[in-house]
Amino acid sequence: MKPWNVPNVLSATLVVAALGVTGAASASTLDDVKSNGVLRCVVSTGVPGFAYPDASGTWKGFDIDFCRATAAAVLGDSSKIKAVTSTGQTRFTLLNSGEGDVLWRNTTVTFSRDVGVKLRFHGINYYDGQGFLVKKNLGIRSAKELDGASVCIQTGTTTELNLADYFHANGMKYEAVTIQTNDEGRQNYVEGRCDVYTTDASGLAAIRSTFSEPNDHIILPEIISKEPLGPATRQGDDQWSDIVTWVLNATVTAEEKGVTSSNVDEMMSSKDPEILRLLGVEGSQGEELGLNKKWAYNIIKSVGNYGEIFERNIGTNTPIGLERGLNALWTNGGLQYSPPFR
Amino acid sequence: MAAISETDTGTSNPLLRLWRDKETRSVIIQIVTMVVILTAVVLLLRNVVINLEAVGKTFSFDFFFYPAGYDITFSPIIEYSSRDTHLRAAVVGLLNTFLIAICGIVLSTIMGFTMGILRLSSNWLVNRLVYCFLEFTRNIPVLLHILFIHGLVVTLLPVPKNALVFTDSFFLTNRGFFVPLPVWGPTAWIVALGLAAAIVFVFFFARWAKKVQDETGKIYPVFLISLGAIIGVTGLAFLAAGMPLTWSYPELKGFNFKGGLALKPEFIALWLALSYYTSCFIAEIVRAGILAISHGQTEAAYALGLRPNRTLQLVIIPQALRVIVPPLTSQYLNVTKNSSLAIAIGYMDIVATVGGITLMQTGKEMETMIVVLLVYLSISLVISAFMNWYNKRMALVER
Ligand SMILES: N[C@@H](CCC(=O)N[C@@H](CS)C(=O)NCC(=O)O)C(=O)O
Repeated sequence: MKPWNVPNVLSATLVVAALGVTGAASASTLDDVKSNGVLRCVVSTGVPGFAYPDASGTWKGFDIDFCRATAAAVLGDSSKIKAVTSTGQTRFTLLNSGEGDVLWRNTTVTFSRDVGVKLRFHGINYYDGQGFLVKKNLGIRSAKELDGASVCIQTGTTTELNLADYFHANGMKYEAVTIQTNDEGRQNYVEGRCDVYTTDASGLAAIRSTFSEPNDHIILPEIISKEPLGPATRQGDDQWSDIVTWVLNATVTAEEKGVTSSNVDEMMSSKDPEILRLLGVEGSQGEELGLNKKWAYNIIKSVGNYGEIFERNIGTNTPIGLERGLNALWTNGGLQYSPPFR
Repeated sequence: MAAISETDTGTSNPLLRLWRDKETRSVIIQIVTMVVILTAVVLLLRNVVINLEAVGKTFSFDFFFYPAGYDITFSPIIEYSSRDTHLRAAVVGLLNTFLIAICGIVLSTIMGFTMGILRLSSNWLVNRLVYCFLEFTRNIPVLLHILFIHGLVVTLLPVPKNALVFTDSFFLTNRGFFVPLPVWGPTAWIVALGLAAAIVFVFFFARWAKKVQDETGKIYPVFLISLGAIIGVTGLAFLAAGMPLTWSYPELKGFNFKGGLALKPEFIALWLALSYYTSCFIAEIVRAGILAISHGQTEAAYALGLRPNRTLQLVIIPQALRVIVPPLTSQYLNVTKNSSLAIAIGYMDIVATVGGITLMQTGKEMETMIVVLLVYLSISLVISAFMNWYNKRMALVER
């Protein structure tokens, strides 16, 4: 028997000790974020309109704006964010292991993620559904004609489960081409490794906008699933959960009440008591959340209300060109509906 | 000797004396180390339990028996559908890992030995060319090679509609290489029987020939006779069975080719990249192994009148293998472990299935990662055990 190699044993012990120390979940995310002075958001690796670095490397997009809104509420400064990029596969591990404080990343709320993966969800910032993108020259009009096709899917998503169910239910076969990121998927689709790219319809619109000839591609009429996308946090921090919930609600309520980034200062002297409560002129809602009075004011002033965020990033005047649809306010026939600030 | 002189330094402190004794000292160090390691393991486990409890997760493998819900298109060995269990998905992943590891080991060995021998060639050009290839390849991370080959296949080759066709039955596309697949008829067992009989014959014949050679020095052309027997007997059986073989040809139907055998781009990229990358290390091992046998051996063999290829076969290779096999083992382990990079291009191995999709869809990080770790550990231990056994057989038998 040979004696153990002492230096190796020592370093192994150190590694083990380090593992033992980290991972002990800290008590309050809010305190951590405040003391770090920056909010770490788990976002995607890049989906135009939703979360992408622009030419100068600044992160932009719908999900990023919600991340900024959260930073504005918590830190009073919407620029104090750090984007923690994640694939469909890594996002929950990143969040649960404490690499990020909140997840804003095209993430569908599902039972197994809520209960099994132990996440906490806080409402829906985008009502979506899964669709199919194909090249027009294939001459396909319906998803029912896709028997035998090669389909690009991102792994670790609801997409791959819905797809399996849909083809199974319709007695069709397909070749699954599993990829990690949106960019890889786009590349494989462009090169013809797959006939079809499938993901959330919003994601398809985003991808289509990046083609030189977007009109050569069509999104098939079938929407095969419900994809309510929303923010997530770790379980067990109720205060932090409340904050994320009400950041989202604040943007929706602001739109409903007509409070925008340009008129928010005038609205401080509004006659509507709910606006006054929202903006912290009356009541103590900010303090109750563990934030300051102007938390919602800061969101609206620096990022805007739900409608502004939508139109700026993915609305009909952007290359993504999405209609409000289900994401219109409930007062306009959509599903966006915030509980009252009372 | 050192131990004795150390204990002789004459100290009254018994503990110090124990410490000065080489044997006892090593025992003490081992005990202390074991205690440290065990404590660390216990602490780690405790931490895992506490953290799992903190997030409210249970530890159980039940999920393996629930429907997986996801599809794995590349499952050449067993049938699989999304309605099967996570366990079956794991088996598919495991088989795919085996497949790539075995194919990778075979191809990298062939390429490695070839290049290793070419590196010793006296032809300057051949020698340099191989040298440049080796240096270039092994200094680039294998992940890049995998992505590179995959990129080449997917971007350079045409889509199925415009496939490159060879003799109407081989198709090259960016969705894979499609080749005819032999389909055996119901009487194929006769052929298998013929082949088995031939192999049994060859086995006994080779033993007999060796005995004759040992006793009388008479040499039979064992290889040629064996080859003849295998081809002849199997061929006759094939004819006798009424040629029970048809070919399934790939054919473009709808979006993709149907029929035949499909080598997917993901498999090809992983297989080629792993193989040529690893073969570079094998080549150097082989070269070193051959160079390690002093030239005097060759000269001695020549002096005894052995022809060059017999010299290589009987003198050089058996000795070189002793030098080659131990480091070769670690290259085989590398192929197996590196095959886990499959996930980068979507080849569905054990990491992509259990450690990827199953982990993600069930949220069972701990359980799935334990399974994946155990799988790699077992594969590696089996390879090591086999290579150790082989090495023992090859090792110098001193008489
Ligand atoms: N909503 C689905 C799918 C989410 C998803 O992965 N969407 C893609 C396309 S929209 C994405 O965000 N990709 C980002 C990336 O590649 O990093 C889920 O939560 O599982």
